Amino acid sequence: MIISIASGKGGTGKTLVATSLALSMKDSHKVMLLDCDVEAPNDHIFLKPVVTGSEPVNILVPKVAEDKCTYCGRCAEVCAYNAIAVLGDHVLTFPQLCHGCGACSYLCPEKAISEEPRETGLVEWGHSDGVDFAHGKLTIGEAMAPPVIRKVKERTSSDGTVIIDVPPGTSCPVVEAVKGSDFCLLVTEPTPFGLNDLALAVETVRELDIPCGVVLNRAGVGDASVEEYCRKENIPILLTIPLDTEIARLYSKGIPLVEGLPKWKGSFLELLDRVKVLIDERNRNLKR
Amino acid sequence: MKEIVILSGKGGTGKTSIVGSLAVLAKRKVLADCDVDAADLHLLLSPSVKQESEFWSGQVACIDEDRCTECGLCQDLCRFDAIKDFRVDPVACEGCGFCLHICPVEAITIEENMSGRWFISDTKYGPLVHARLGIAQENSGKLVAVVRQQARQIAEEQNLDYIISDGPPGIGCPVISSLSGASLALLVTEPTLSGMHDLERVLGVCRHFGVPAMVCINKYDLNEDNTRQIETYCSTQGVELASKIPFDNVVTEALVRGVPVVEYSDGRVSWEIGALWQKVSRVMYSKQEVT
Repeated sequence: MIISIASGKGGTGKTLVATSLALSMKDSHKVMLLDCDVEAPNDHIFLKPVVTGSEPVNILVPKVAEDKCTYCGRCAEVCAYNAIAVLGDHVLTFPQLCHGCGACSYLCPEKAISEEPRETGLVEWGHSDGVDFAHGKLTIGEAMAPPVIRKVKERTSSDGTVIIDVPPGTSCPVVEAVKGSDFCLLVTEPTPFGLNDLALAVETVRELDIPCGVVLNRAGVGDASVEEYCRKENIPILLTIPLDTEIARLYSKGIPLVEGLPKWKGSFLELLDRVKVLIDERNRNLKR
Repeated sequence: MKEIVILSGKGGTGKTSIVGSLAVLAKRKVLADCDVDAADLHLLLSPSVKQESEFWSGQVACIDEDRCTECGLCQDLCRFDAIKDFRVDPVACEGCGFCLHICPVEAITIEENMSGRWFISDTKYGPLVHARLGIAQENSGKLVAVVRQQARQIAEEQNLDYIISDGPPGIGCPVISSLSGASLALLVTEPTLSGMHDLERVLGVCRHFGVPAMVCINKYDLNEDNTRQIETYCSTQGVELASKIPFDNVVTEALVRGVPVVEYSDGRVSWEIGALWQKVSRVMYSKQEVT
């Protein structure tokens, strides 16, 4: 079972929910947490995992053997990203723009282009007191998060529960992180920003045909518009976490909620049960 | 003309609330919402849209089933696993066009996608350029570039002093697109270990692209030990601390009413944001003098 934790808007509490859920489950379930917010990964701050392995994330970029090159320009013609250019008798490559599709090297009539790895990130894995853990880190200055996210998701264990912490937003990194999930928890807050971005996140998971439910964080401030929206759209609110300075203080120190306030463990286990019921219901409906 | 981009690394630290207030405080500026994934600035500025344009980008391969002989070459060569059972998964497809070039029967074409919209609007605080990336689309960086280019054009035409952009969270493609070539990055952080971790990463990106940065600690009184650590960090890094804003529910109250907080309250938050803008504009002005 794969449960992803997404939000649209940043800073609504994805990390809080992902780490709390994983730590609440660990005594009774096999659980793995994958932090796919590779631009701003934070789960390790709370889990303090023992890192047992790591692997660089590479993109294959072109390397031109100028002695074989006839400057015919075919590589530049087929590159969709302007990552290779032929000017007179020079070939210029722009590795930062390359997506590593391999078209230039495959299509070069002289076989003058080989590929070499360029590191754009790092995946690390390990464990934290009963939770299997992996995360990715996009290298500073690199633009493309999806290859790093793909590499983190290669660690997905085939049994037990896998929790995926998704980056904020609605574009390609989010899709890369969320796709393949059995369920998506959308964390939001009861404000106009929270509502606006929740609606975008709902559209995204619906596009991917993944069932979703809402965790309403910092309840008590703001307004009732998120609840009204969920009622109208028939999206269940599966857990409500109040605005609480104690929760915020624990978070600020990197202390997991269920360690600082163990009474929350039960709430997260109930959340898990609700998610399981919704996944089972959906699977039954799909079989019909 | 100076371009100031507000970034944070970590999401939800208060970028948009601060930009909304800078919209009130700064004179002679154009506003740009560069968080095209999850744009929120319009919720504070009540814009009336003057011009709406389609954003065509993001190409996706398309296989003509009648022509396809199911040889499987495209599936074997696609590095993005975007072709399965001789069909293209438009979400996985990166639009590289490799398949189009290698298909022996020319059954593949590349189609342009309408992947978003962008808007030029009037607000009572000045012009606003904003956008909406289509759901699950790529190329957020390119749409950000369009927003910035439009904002720049308006600033030049109207001879404005500032472009103030609300940036996206993270450090990847749309952040780099919002940042490169800007005059100043204002980094909004919060005194949490997560906020501090992500501040270091986004400051690294500013350094990488040679954009000077200033830091603003939002909700600084949430954890004053961490705030002191951020202050120390900034001074060792030679980054100026522009302001410390206290936590106050008035920020959320203003947001619920859809107005910038400096218009809603004259309390300490508003005072600190006022001081923040004075400091930022002074830094911009002195840099102008030097250069």
